[in-house]
Amino acid sequence: MRKLPPNLLIGAVLVALVAGTAALSLVWTPHDHTLLNIRGKFAAPSELHWLGTDQLGRDVFSQLMVAARNSVAVALISVCLGGVIGVALGLVASAMGGVVEDVIMRIADIGFAFPALLLAIMLAAVFGPSLPVAIIAIAFINIPVFARVTRASANQIWTREYVYAARAAGMGRVSISRDHVLPNIAAPIIVQATIEFAIAILAEAALSYLGLGAQPPAPSWGRMLSEAQTLMYLAPQLAIYPGVCIVTAVLGFSLLGDGLRDITDPRLVRQR
Amino acid sequence: MGYFLFRRTISFVLTLLAVSVVVFAVMNILPGDPALSILGLDATEDALAALREELGLNEPVLSRYLAWIAGAVQGDFGISQSFRVPVSELIAERLPLTVSLAISGMVVTVILAVALGVAAAANHGRAGDWGVMFLSQLGIAVPAFWLSILLVLLFAVKLRWLPPGGFPGWSEPAAAVRSLILPTVALALVQSAVLARVTRSSALEVMRLDYIRTARAMGFSRRRVLWRHVLPNALIPIVTIVGLQFAALVTGTIVIENVFYLPGLGRLIFQSIANRDLPTVQALVMLFAAIVVTANFIVDLLYLAIDPRLKTRS
Repeated sequence: MRKLPPNLLIGAVLVALVAGTAALSLVWTPHDHTLLNIRGKFAAPSELHWLGTDQLGRDVFSQLMVAARNSVAVALISVCLGGVIGVALGLVASAMGGVVEDVIMRIADIGFAFPALLLAIMLAAVFGPSLPVAIIAIAFINIPVFARVTRASANQIWTREYVYAARAAGMGRVSISRDHVLPNIAAPIIVQATIEFAIAILAEAALSYLGLGAQPPAPSWGRMLSEAQTLMYLAPQLAIYPGVCIVTAVLGFSLLGDGLRDITDPRLVRQR
Repeated sequence: MGYFLFRRTISFVLTLLAVSVVVFAVMNILPGDPALSILGLDATEDALAALREELGLNEPVLSRYLAWIAGAVQGDFGISQSFRVPVSELIAERLPLTVSLAISGMVVTVILAVALGVAAAANHGRAGDWGVMFLSQLGIAVPAFWLSILLVLLFAVKLRWLPPGGFPGWSEPAAAVRSLILPTVALALVQSAVLARVTRSSALEVMRLDYIRTARAMGFSRRRVLWRHVLPNALIPIVTIVGLQFAALVTGTIVIENVFYLPGLGRLIFQSIANRDLPTVQALVMLFAAIVVTANFIVDLLYLAIDPRLKTRS
C-alpha cells in the first residue's frame, strides 16, 4: 500500500479530535455548560475547572465542548444542504448541456458575487439574526461551488465509452447520471465537501462573532470570542481558547481535504 | 481583443443587473411587508400605512425596482430609516475609512505575500520554504477576527503601543493612521496566507522553464533572474487571486471594522441591521456585491495588460 500523505494523517487526527469532542458532549461534559456561579467567576484553571470559568462562573471547557457540537452541526447541515442542491444542479447541467447548462452555470456565477456574510446580512436584516439564517447563508454559498465541481467532473465522464455504451443500450440521462456519472465523480465531490466543511466552520464562527449566528445562551466559539473581547483587560485567557478550537477544526478539515485530494487525484502528486 | 472586451463588458453589466435583482428580491419580496419588518409587530396601522407610502410600497414591485435602480445609478439610495438622512450621505461619510482600510490592507497583503512566496520558491525544499508553507497553512485557518483580538491583546492591552480600537477622525492624521495599523495588519496577514502559496507555486512553475535555465547559464545572477524573469511571468495566477482576494478583503473590512469599532461602511451595515433600517442595508449590500463583481471584471481586464498572448489570439 502507498504511504499516506502527512497532511491526510494530521488532518484526520484533528478532525477526529473535533468530531469526537462534539459527539462526546452529547453524553458527557465535565460540568453543565449553562450552570451559573457568579461567586466563582474568572476562576483560574484547576482540577475542578480545567480551563477555568468565564464572567458568569460557567465552566469554559464544557462550553467549548458544546460549542464544538454547534460548529460541526452547522457545518454538516449547511454543506450537505448546499452540496445536495449544487451536485444535483451540476448533474442536470452536465446531462442536459446546451441552454440549460448555460443558464445553470450563469446563475451559479451570480451566486459567487454573494459572500456568505452579505447573504447573512440581508437575511438577518429581514428576518432577524438567528442560527438558521447563518446555516441558510452558508448552505447557499456552497451551491455554486458544488455545481461547478460537479459539472466539470461530470462533463468528463459523459465522454467515456461506457457512457456511450449505456446510451446505446437505451439508458436515459437520469439513470446514466445516477448509475454511471455520480459514482465516478464521488471523489472530487467528497474532497470539495471536506474543504467546504473547513470554510463553513470559519464562516459560522465569524457570523456568530458578529451576532448573526448562534444566539445566547447557545454556546458557539465565535460568540464566546465576542463576549471575551469585552473582557480583554480582565480575563485575556477567555479570548484564547475558542480561537484555538476554531483553528484546530479548520486546519483539520482543510488538511484532510488536501490529503484526500492528493490520494484521489494522482496528477497533482506527480506535479509536486 | 475587441471582441473579448465587448463580451466581458456585457457579461459584467448583466451580472450587476442580476445581483441587483437578487438584492432587491431578498430585501423587498421575501419579508412580505417591509414596512412591517421595519416597524415591528406592535406598529399601528396608521404608522404602517404612512411608511408604506414613504417607501413607495403601494407601487407595483417592478416599478419600485426600476425606481431603485434608476436612483442607485445616480447615487440616490433613498432615505435611511434610522438616521433620517439620505443613505448616500451616510455612505459618503464612511466610505473614505473603508476604502483606506481596504487599500492599505491590499498593499500590505501583496508586498508580504509576494516577498514570502518568492523567497519560499527560491529556497524550494529547504527550511525557509517549509516555514512559509507552514505559516500560510496556519494563516488560512485563523479567522481574521480572532487574529485581530490577539493583536489587540498583545499590542494594545499588554504593550500599550497602539489603540485597541476606535477612530479619532481624519482631522488628526497621525492618530488616525495609528488606529488603522492593527486593522490593516489583521486584514493583510490572513489574506497574504493564501496569496503567498499561489505566488510560491506559480514562481516554482516558471522556474522550471527552459528560458530561466538559459538566463542562469548566461551568467545572470539568481536575484536578477528571480525578479526580472521569474516574477513577471508568474504574475498571472497571482493577479487572479489578488482580484478574488480584493473581494474577500472588502467583505473582510466589514468584520474588521466591527472588531476595532471603526466607523466605516461595515459598522454602518451592522447598525442598520440593529435598527431594522432596510433601505440602508439594501444599499450597502448592493454596494459590496457590486465591488465584488467589479473586482472580477477588472481582473479580466488586467489579464489583457499582463499577458500579451491574449491580445494576439483574438
